[in-house]
Amino acid sequence: MTDILSLEAFVKQVRRDILRMVHKVNSGHPGGSLGCAEFLVALYSEIMEHNPEFNMNGEKEDLFFLSNGHISPVFYSVLARSGYFNINELNTFRLINSRLQGHPTTHEGLPGIRVASGSLGQGLSVAIGAALSKKINNDSKTVFILMGDGELQEGQNWEALMFASAKGVDNLIATIDLNGKQIDGSTDDVLNLGSLKSKFESFGWKTLELEEGNNIELIISKINEAKSHLGNGVPIAILMKTEMGNGVDFMMHTHAWHGKAPNDDQLEIALAQNLETLGDY
Amino acid sequence: MKKYIDTGANDTRSGFGAGLTELGRTNPNVVALCADLIGSLKMNQFIKENPKRFFQVGIAEANMMGIAAGLTIGGKIPFTGTFANFSTGRVYDQIRQSIAYSGKNVKICASHAGVTLGEDGATHQILEDIGLMKMLPGMTVINTCDFNQTKAATLAIADHIGPVYLRFGRPKVPNFTPEKNSFKIGKGILLNEGSDVTIIATGHLVWESLKAAEGLFKKGISAEVINIHTIKPLDEEIIINSVSKTKAVVTAEEHNIYGGLGESVSRTLSVNLPSPQEFVGTNDTFGESGTPSQLMEKYGLSSKNIITKVEKVLKRK
Repeated sequence: MTDILSLEAFVKQVRRDILRMVHKVNSGHPGGSLGCAEFLVALYSEIMEHNPEFNMNGEKEDLFFLSNGHISPVFYSVLARSGYFNINELNTFRLINSRLQGHPTTHEGLPGIRVASGSLGQGLSVAIGAALSKKINNDSKTVFILMGDGELQEGQNWEALMFASAKGVDNLIATIDLNGKQIDGSTDDVLNLGSLKSKFESFGWKTLELEEGNNIELIISKINEAKSHLGNGVPIAILMKTEMGNGVDFMMHTHAWHGKAPNDDQLEIALAQNLETLGDY
Repeated sequence: MKKYIDTGANDTRSGFGAGLTELGRTNPNVVALCADLIGSLKMNQFIKENPKRFFQVGIAEANMMGIAAGLTIGGKIPFTGTFANFSTGRVYDQIRQSIAYSGKNVKICASHAGVTLGEDGATHQILEDIGLMKMLPGMTVINTCDFNQTKAATLAIADHIGPVYLRFGRPKVPNFTPEKNSFKIGKGILLNEGSDVTIIATGHLVWESLKAAEGLFKKGISAEVINIHTIKPLDEEIIINSVSKTKAVVTAEEHNIYGGLGESVSRTLSVNLPSPQEFVGTNDTFGESGTPSQLMEKYGLSSKNIITKVEKVLKRK
């Protein structure tokens, strides 16, 4: 295993990338991106067997899907720093003629992206399809997906949750980013999700919980625990509590930074809290 | 006047079922999904022969479209099956983002299109689906006219890389196209040569157009009949060539005249060869319960109405 200090250094650099990307174009979604930096670094650096020589079909490798596509900054940063494309391309985020669209897409051919996401609630179905494809192909690798908690308000997710357990899609690990926040406020206030654990369990999912979803060591051990349940005939979920805006003090404990970029002064403060580790793009 | 023989009425959806069965035997990458309408879509034989390549998703069309998109990752060629209404309007954003924008090789196969679905009524009779689907960038849109053509189209779309919307119907209709004809996506078929007017038809209206041409022939009017099975990409060449000769056109489709084949033909002609055109189709209305033939008659989707429209357009030449 890569040592935790170097993974944490990776996370700090990803935070800088996120902040600088959204600051440059004064748009994008830093809050949720920062909240999932540890998770994506853990997946791409430690958990997944994957090939940066990108092939859409992804045979004989683990696959990752991002359903809550608005946290594209963290996805782009981790993909670039995992070798999928040059980190300098992060400079083009949300600019015209860029492969780094506001929300991830296959349309511009960015390596590492296997489906467009952004219109919420569609990712789990796609991940299930990819998992079924692996089963037909006798491919024993795993499909991972990250979903937001707010997007569980979309009904398609519940069709997909019902299908996955009914059909025994047991080569899939779905992680829910429980930051408890969405654009209009807390998920409790906007549309209370109730007990997700009991909902997922009643839908037939093996449901694990991670209280500290910004602790990379705990993330890794929780995903490894989830992997130990693969192939048991039931789909697996991790309900992962995260802090939106994690790593930047003034962006934490609020939903204000869901879709808002820092100004020049705020960027400076935020970057001072996350010093350069692997080199800025 | 070329004669077309009905070799025995059959439904276009059975043509789809026969094509899918053949693909099950010949193309190991073809997989199928259905949202609780296996019998209606005639998928039974494929399922019997390829149980591991079939996914029953239940009454959950949005999930079906997403799963189909995902199945392409790994090299599968998914064919989704449900009614046209639930294949399009109900799941438009799923198709738009996860399939069309993502460039996924999914074949959306839609039965019971139009008013000929019959007694179930307007909730199930979509007349807007061609318009919805042709507006999606990169989507191929096909509406077949009989059993043989539907089977041939089903085979052809498996070899085409990219998303396809294949539209067919419920009732038994004359089967008159050749059994062994190869199906070329985007190539219209000249069914009858004529000099006075061009009738451009798709789906169930193709047979009505042939009947209309016979009726017109008896009145001394020579009608050219073209089967446009692929609405997108449209075979502009066959349309322009014909209308440059006849100078008048009638389009016929089991679809709203807003957004259908007729408007695609209009666009082509207005850019290349402005010509008088009349439209046979439903006119900004929902359908209703009734037998397929009663509904075709009531909504003007008949050879009789095609003849009326031809006579009207000829006066505008």
